[in-house]
Amino acid sequence: MSKFTFLKSDRSNIQLVLITGTFLITISILDVFLNSFFKLNLISFLPSKVSFLTPFIIGMIGLNLIRIEYSGNKFLDVLNKNINTSNFNAALTLLIIFIIFKAIPPSLSWMILDANISGDTKEACTGTGACWTYIKVWFRRFMYGMYPNEQHWRINTAFLLVIGLGTFGLFATEKMKKFLALYYVVIYPIIAFLIIYYLISGGYFGLEWIETGAWGGLSLTFIVSFFCLIFCFPLGMILALGRRSNLPAVRYVSIGYIEFWRGVPLITVLFMSSVMFPMFLPEDFFMDKLVRVIIAITLFEGAYCAEVIRGGLQSLPRGQYDAAKSLGMGYWKMHIFVILPQALKLVIPGICNTFLALVKDTPLIFVVGLAELAGMLALAKTNPKWLGFAMEGYIFAAIIFWIICYAMSKYSYNLEEKYKTDR
Amino acid sequence: MSEAIIKIQNMNKWFGDFQVLKDINLEVEKNKKIVVCGPSGSGKSTLIRCINRLEEHQKGSIVVDGTELSENTKNIEQIRAEVGMVFQQFNLFPHLSILDNCTLAPIWVRKMPKKQAQELAMQQLEKVQISDQAQKFPGQLSGGQQQRCAIARALCMEPKIMLFDEPTSALDPEMIKEVLDAMVNLAKGGMTMIVVTHEMGFAKEVADEVIFMDEGMIVEKAETKEFFANPKSDRTKLFLSQIL
Repeated sequence: MSKFTFLKSDRSNIQLVLITGTFLITISILDVFLNSFFKLNLISFLPSKVSFLTPFIIGMIGLNLIRIEYSGNKFLDVLNKNINTSNFNAALTLLIIFIIFKAIPPSLSWMILDANISGDTKEACTGTGACWTYIKVWFRRFMYGMYPNEQHWRINTAFLLVIGLGTFGLFATEKMKKFLALYYVVIYPIIAFLIIYYLISGGYFGLEWIETGAWGGLSLTFIVSFFCLIFCFPLGMILALGRRSNLPAVRYVSIGYIEFWRGVPLITVLFMSSVMFPMFLPEDFFMDKLVRVIIAITLFEGAYCAEVIRGGLQSLPRGQYDAAKSLGMGYWKMHIFVILPQALKLVIPGICNTFLALVKDTPLIFVVGLAELAGMLALAKTNPKWLGFAMEGYIFAAIIFWIICYAMSKYSYNLEEKYKTDR
Repeated sequence: MSEAIIKIQNMNKWFGDFQVLKDINLEVEKNKKIVVCGPSGSGKSTLIRCINRLEEHQKGSIVVDGTELSENTKNIEQIRAEVGMVFQQFNLFPHLSILDNCTLAPIWVRKMPKKQAQELAMQQLEKVQISDQAQKFPGQLSGGQQQRCAIARALCMEPKIMLFDEPTSALDPEMIKEVLDAMVNLAKGGMTMIVVTHEMGFAKEVADEVIFMDEGMIVEKAETKEFFANPKSDRTKLFLSQIL
C-alpha cells in the first residue's frame, strides 16, 4: 500500500517524487548518451534485449513521476506543459531525444571528424568520412559550370549589378513610389536581361562571346529562377483576373491556358521547348535554348501562380468590390487600388510555395542539356577521376538549395508581417 | 416643385426565377430624404443597389440625374461617382488608413490633387468627428467609428445623392446613436438621401417621405407624419405595431 502512494504524484510528496523522477530520467538519457558517444553501456549486465529497452522504460517512469499539476515549481510546470502532458507525449519526447543522440555521433564523424578537405586529388581522401576535397576541387564548376575560369568576374559583376538594381525600391522617395510597380514589372526585368545578355553572354565591348551551353552551376540556377520568378508572377496575375472576367472570351482563354499548363508535366514542356519548338520556327529564326527554357518554365509556373492568386481574389468579401464600385472606380482602378493589394497580401504564403517549387524544379533543365547546380553534380560524379563521391555532392547541393529556399521563405514571412493590417 | 433626380418607372428585377422587385415606381426630388423600411427580404436593399447599378434591373427604367441606367450605359462610373453609398458592413478598405480610404477615390476618380483631397477628407472626417483617427487603420476602430468613416469616405466624392443600406444594423446599440447623429447632420445640410433602415426615430426626425416595402412591392408611400399617424394598408399597420 505504501508503494502505491509513493507512485502517486501530488504536491504532498513533491520533493521525493521530483528527486526520484529526475534521477530516473537522468539515468535513462545518460545511458543512451554514453552508449552512443562513447560506446559505454551502463546496464550491460542485463541481457541485450532488455538493455535495449531499459532506458526508455526508466525514462517513462521518471517522466510519469514528475508529471504534477500546479506543482508550484515554475520550471517543472513549463516542462510538464510542453513536453510531458501525457504518456504519449512523454514517449515522443524521449524518442526524439534518443534519436538525436543516436544520430549525432555518426553524422558528426562522417561530416567533420573523419572527413578530408586538404589536397586536390582523390588520393588525398584517406579518412573514412566525407571527402570534401571533391567539393573544393570542383567548386568553381559547381558555381559557374563550364564558363571559362578567367571570365568568372563577368558573372559576379552581372549578379552584383542586378542585385544592386533590385534594392532600388528601398531608396525610392515618396514621389517615386508610384512607379515602383512599373519599375519591378517592366523596367527591372529588361535591364536585368540586358546586363546578363551583354555581360555574361558577351560578344560586345571586347568581351568574348560565351554560348549559353557553357553556362552552368549555381549561377545558372539563379539566372533561370530569377527570370522565371519575375515573369511568372505578372503572368499569373493577368490569368487570375482573366479567369474571373465577365467577358467570356477572356475567361475561356484563361481557363484553357491554366488547365492546359497544369495538366502537362514540366519535363515534357522542357523537352518540347528544346526539341519540338524549333521545328515550327522559320529556318533563319534562332532562339537560344536557355531563353526557350526560361519561357517554357515561366508559362508553366504562371498557370500555378494564377490559381494561387485566384484563391486570394475569391477570399475577398463582395463588399470590397461593391464599395470600390460605389465610389466610381472602374475595373482597373478597383483592382489596382483595392482588390489586388489585399488579395496579394493574402496569397504571400501560397506564392512563396510556388516560387520554392519553381527554384527546386530548375534542375529539370538538365534534360535539355543545361547543367545547373544539380546537373553539374551529375556530370562531376561520372568523371572517371572522381568516382564514388555522389554522397558529398548531393549533400552539398542539398545544403545550398536549403539555404536559398530558407532565405526565400524567411523573406516571405517578413513580407507577411510587413503588410499585416488588422481587418 | 423641383425636378426629380431619381426616376424609377415600372422597374422589375429577378434573381434567377425569383422576382425580387415588382413594378417599382418612385420619384425622388432633389434635397428630399426618403426612408425605406420593411421586413427583411422585401427587396429594400436590392432597390437602392439598383440605383447605382450594383444590381442590374431587367425591366423598366431607372433615370439617375438625367442618365438612364441600362446595359448600354457607358459612363456608369461617372454616375456612381455622383451617388455615394454606405453599407451595412461598412466595407472600408482594410489595407488603407482612414485618411487614405477617404482620399483614394477623389484622387483617382475625381483627379483631385493629393493635398486638396487630404484637406477635403479631413474636413469630412471632422464633420463625423473622427478626424483624430485619420492615421489609424479600419481594423483598429470601433464599428461606429468605421461606419462614420464610411460616411465620410462617400462624402469625399461630393455626391449629389447618398444611399444608406441599413447603416446601423451591424452596430451595437450604443454606437447606433453616433452614426445616426452624423446622418441627421448630413440631412440638415440638404443632401438628397435614400435610407434603408429600421430606425423609426430617425425616420420621424428627418424623413420627408417613408416608403414601406413588402415582397418586392412598394406597399405604401406617404409623407412621414401621415405614414406614422394613419397608415393605410393593414400590412403597414402590422409592421409598425411590431417595430414601434
